Amino acid sequence: MPVLTLAKALNEALRSAMERDPKVVLMGEDIGRLGGVFRVTDGLQKDFGEDRVFDTPLGESGIVGTAIGLAIRGYRPVCEIQFDGFIYPAYDQIVSQLAKIRARSRGQVPMPVTIRVPYGGGIGAVEHHSESPEAYFAHTAGLKVVTCSNPADGSAMLQQAIASDDPVLFFEPKRRYWEKGEVDPAAVPEPGALWKARVVRPGRDATLLAYGPMVRTCLEAAGAAAEEGRELEVLDLRSLSPLDLPTVLESVRRTRRLVVVHEAPSYVGLGAEIAARVSEELYYEMEAPVLRVTGFDTPYPPSRLEEEYLPDLDRVLHAVDRSLAY
Amino acid sequence: MTLLEPAPPPSPGSDLLDPAAAPVQLLTPEGERVHHPDYDVELSDEQYRELYRDLVLVRRIDVEATALQRQGELGIWAALLGQEAAQVGSGRALRPQDFAFPTYREHGVAWCRGIDPLRLLGLFRGASNGGWDPQRTRFNLYTIVIGSQTLHATGYAMGQQKDGAVGDPDSGEATIAYFGDGASSQGDVNEAFVWASVYGCPIVFFCQNNQWGISTPTATQTRIPLYQRARGFGFPGVRVDGNDVLATYAVTRAALDAARTGQGPTLVEAFTYRMGAHTTSDDPTRYRLASELEAWRLKDPLERMKSFLYKQQLVDSDFFAQLEADADALAARIRKGCLEMPDPDPLSMFDEVYAEQTEPLARQRAQFADYLAGFADGSS
Repeated sequence: MPVLTLAKALNEALRSAMERDPKVVLMGEDIGRLGGVFRVTDGLQKDFGEDRVFDTPLGESGIVGTAIGLAIRGYRPVCEIQFDGFIYPAYDQIVSQLAKIRARSRGQVPMPVTIRVPYGGGIGAVEHHSESPEAYFAHTAGLKVVTCSNPADGSAMLQQAIASDDPVLFFEPKRRYWEKGEVDPAAVPEPGALWKARVVRPGRDATLLAYGPMVRTCLEAAGAAAEEGRELEVLDLRSLSPLDLPTVLESVRRTRRLVVVHEAPSYVGLGAEIAARVSEELYYEMEAPVLRVTGFDTPYPPSRLEEEYLPDLDRVLHAVDRSLAY
Repeated sequence: MTLLEPAPPPSPGSDLLDPAAAPVQLLTPEGERVHHPDYDVELSDEQYRELYRDLVLVRRIDVEATALQRQGELGIWAALLGQEAAQVGSGRALRPQDFAFPTYREHGVAWCRGIDPLRLLGLFRGASNGGWDPQRTRFNLYTIVIGSQTLHATGYAMGQQKDGAVGDPDSGEATIAYFGDGASSQGDVNEAFVWASVYGCPIVFFCQNNQWGISTPTATQTRIPLYQRARGFGFPGVRVDGNDVLATYAVTRAALDAARTGQGPTLVEAFTYRMGAHTTSDDPTRYRLASELEAWRLKDPLERMKSFLYKQQLVDSDFFAQLEADADALAARIRKGCLEMPDPDPLSMFDEVYAEQTEPLARQRAQFADYLAGFADGSS
């Protein structure tokens, strides 16, 4: 199997999706000749033409709003939002229109729109380029929200997202764009797999639940813990909405301890929802309360402070220690 | 052909917005047929009668719906009173293959697209969000957030281009986006103008300037006549007398034909007046003068078409008697249908949220079904 970076795996996934379905079109700022600021659409306009891969004027609401119209016309648009912090001008179109049109029309107008969003911090960027806005969208009925942590998942999940007849927010961990892994671009993803969490590393002492860029951080933490004789299970949530609760519960039932890790602030974040669900289901089986390791409840700081802001190996292990000490 | 100088609309306070912005007019408020160098329309006698019939029936739907709201049968109603000509004129200019994106007040356009008025009442009653099939009727569902649908329309028009459905003067497709003077301030409307312009989309932006966005006059939205906005975006704009069904029909048809033959977008500003309240929840006496309403009442879109039909001797008393009977029958059907309209099944709210139902939502639905079943057991 070829070894690809995440960015290249996503690029190949877009190519496969476009070859498979002539109604798939790519739209966004600077995605054509430039290939996107992260080069995820590199070469696609050259190969598929300006009708199917096109630069838009600079306006995020316009991108999503016109994608909705294209979907009404029968197209399957894949929008690129250049950076996480630039998605808010499109928020109204996503939340009030894209998410609701299927229900509004009682299923007569499907919205097969994928919105790709490079997200998360750790790249030394200026303000608005390092945010994790996933909870805003996970809160909205009608949307599906997923994120990948590695090239193989990125390839499969993006193709599944595009094939889905539901609108999907596809969050790409931008600081992992250049990490490599084995990818089979021709592999046909199994149906339904997009909404499933995955055990990345089995363990018995505690469960680390993460997604996107934090999966690798948790794997590193689990590796360090193993040297001290602690076996941590690492779960990659992958789908943030819908939530694959059965897989989470299956793990926590065995380990009886859960630490949720994400870059987004803790307050009303994914970790809060997961903690509530797990508490409802496993109230008598837990050895410790669900703990969270997250970004702080502050605006994302200037990048000289992002190492302090972002959860890292030490903060994750600190939380594991607290969990095990109960 | 006589080129008449149409009188500027005497709307108090609108001078600022009306520097030499004479709207295209083919029918004076007195029902005199006038001619315009750029726009004209020749219809059969039957077509003239049909347009008037549309105006009357659409107004009757509106009046009946307002009454039903007052009687507690609708949660709210957004009346189109005064805007019948703008909607029927533009709606009848559409060809079957064209696609329309309405706001929540386009009851006249809905009528022209064959939507059962009861569907509209279902929305305002709270029984549905409209419920008609947008693909079959080529009439999108009502969009309530102001201006959002102009981007959807633009995207749809981009799709028409990509499908190669533009170019042929007969079979070519066009899109029409409805919005109002208030929406013209929204970012989405301005983005739609940019997108449509740079891609040369086959779209007509149809702005009903009814002078009021709830209590806010058009002067608070713009310092120039709205149709002139188009120039800055790089496509033509035209102001039409929105209370003149013939002019509205002619101007919209020309703009749609330009779109369907690949000449890009047009902004049509239909200069009209919201004779009623914004909605049944609104009280316009708090913000506008009765004299303004009276001035516009003299330009009523139905009266001028009626005068025209009389003057041209296209109608007789039988026509009006039949039309009145038809309107009464329509009103009775609407009233009966509204009163008999069932509430939706509570569990239906969980359906069609997703194409592929999610496991958590299916579970929530099942739990709520169990909960409801508990009440059913107790009462039986």
